[in-house]
Amino acid sequence: MAVFLGLPLVIFLLFVVWPVLQALYYSMTDWSGFSASMNFTGLDNYRKLAQDDIFLHAVRNNIELAIVVPLVTIVAALAIAIVVTVGGPSNGTIRGIRGAGAYRVVSFFPYAVPAIVIGLIWAQVYDPAAGLLNGVLTKSGLSGFKDFAWLGEVKTAMPASMFVMIWASIGFYTVLFVAAIKGIPAEIYESARLDGAGRFRTSWSITVPLIRDNVQTAYIYIGILALDAFVYMQAMNSGGGPNNTTLTMSQYLLTTAFKKGQFGYATAMGVTLAVITLAFAVLVFLINYLTGGRDERRVRR
Amino acid sequence: MSTAVTERALPAETRQRRSSNAGDTAVEVTSHVLLILWSVIVIVPFLWVLLSSFKTTREILGSPFSLPAHWKFDNYVNAWTDAGIGRFFFNTVIVVGASLFLVMLLGAMCAYVLARFEFPGRRLIYNSMLAGLTFPIFLVIVPLFFVLKNIGLINTLPGLILTYVAFALPFTVFFLHAFFRSLPQDVYEAATIDGASEWRAFFSIMLPMAGPGMASVAIFNFLGLWNQFLLPVALNTNQDNYVLTQGMASFASQAGYSVDFGALFAAVVMTVLPVLVVYLIFQRRLSGSVARGTFR
Repeated sequence: MAVFLGLPLVIFLLFVVWPVLQALYYSMTDWSGFSASMNFTGLDNYRKLAQDDIFLHAVRNNIELAIVVPLVTIVAALAIAIVVTVGGPSNGTIRGIRGAGAYRVVSFFPYAVPAIVIGLIWAQVYDPAAGLLNGVLTKSGLSGFKDFAWLGEVKTAMPASMFVMIWASIGFYTVLFVAAIKGIPAEIYESARLDGAGRFRTSWSITVPLIRDNVQTAYIYIGILALDAFVYMQAMNSGGGPNNTTLTMSQYLLTTAFKKGQFGYATAMGVTLAVITLAFAVLVFLINYLTGGRDERRVRR
Repeated sequence: MSTAVTERALPAETRQRRSSNAGDTAVEVTSHVLLILWSVIVIVPFLWVLLSSFKTTREILGSPFSLPAHWKFDNYVNAWTDAGIGRFFFNTVIVVGASLFLVMLLGAMCAYVLARFEFPGRRLIYNSMLAGLTFPIFLVIVPLFFVLKNIGLINTLPGLILTYVAFALPFTVFFLHAFFRSLPQDVYEAATIDGASEWRAFFSIMLPMAGPGMASVAIFNFLGLWNQFLLPVALNTNQDNYVLTQGMASFASQAGYSVDFGALFAAVVMTVLPVLVVYLIFQRRLSGSVARGTFR
């Protein structure tokens, strides 16, 4: 039995736990990685971070991502999930619209494609001169978009990047919500219908409250993805975008560590990122709790 | 389950009922229009990439819609050999294959012990695994680099495999733990009474019983590891050892200078195609796994 537990534990301790502990220490040093000298500097790195304009910009970008991306993804995924499960005709069995399975298969597919490839595909779609998007827009008469650099303009770089992350996530969360909705007993929908509740009323007062926990979980998952966002941003704008509009903490961290060799400082960014992620999860739990998540599993009147 | 909402409608019944309710028709038409629009937005970029992969770089820069003058596989050959996509592909198969096997084996053993035996420190181990599930990799990336460097495994495939195993372990243990807990205790007891050793009881009785759970977790681990990008970018910088995701990124940034867009599109197609095939075969199972994994 000792082998059963010991072997996995050694790997876990060596490659996960030990680096975490080291990270906490390194973040309080001026370590440059390759030199042996390392001075303990306390919270200096964190003070420096609080005044580092580029880092603060990256933090703002990540927070923007963590608000917009989950919100849009969840609303769209919920809408699709409701339509394909219970959005069908208002008489007969409770069911979704026709062709529901096909829509689900199509929209889930991007989940299986590597994120870096998704980023590369969209970087080409957004290409100013030869891209698909500008091609479609100019063909349909909007000649103003000829050579428009979606990822190169301060105004559009962030929304365009957000769209790609949303595009890639909707399918997965649709499947999650479909499964959750299928777990709701059909009788609840039947009685709501007898009481004269329409589709929107049913969705808002029955479906959403009943799968509240799943929505919360989804929000945290996508939020964590958005606080990272490394792969997508690296594929579309590896330099951080125009005026750093799409720079993320993760990108800045890697540059600081492996390009500039400021390992102590970079580790402090890693710790900050971890703290922000944790705070985000706590915030989501708290909001859910305060807005009535306490009486989850009870249908709202 | 019998009372759950049914997704498929009976066509005949629908046709007959549809005419009776104008509101239903309006909702249905709107839903279909929006969903078809969304499907187009999902599918068209992939089709466009496929089309472009047959065009020369000149044609690609000329117009996004033009058809290739000659349907040839030159771009594919260039991407596979010159850009090294072939090599990256084999590296990925080795790394993902080995780490998937190891993480499933080690994860199952660990989850099994944690789920079936009482011993001091059990909760501590389980909770630290749970915490490992939530830590962003960015927190540990710098120290991890030096851990691998110190044991001489930096920029090597074995080093990458061990790291993949370590980071897929918490997820694997967390979900298999639930499966092992739900298995009946008496089967295990019967096996030990019949004289089976711990090893034998595990490998020939408990592990096969956890089969469905193992399959779901394996599918997720496969996709997660196949798509992993950050770990190789930071820990595996030797070009010969590049994995596919990493190779694609470096190829794309090189393409910015030498501009072989045709080969880039071909490389994208070659990366997506295997996943598409696996996806179409397993999509039912995959959707089912998403459901099970989250709601057990």
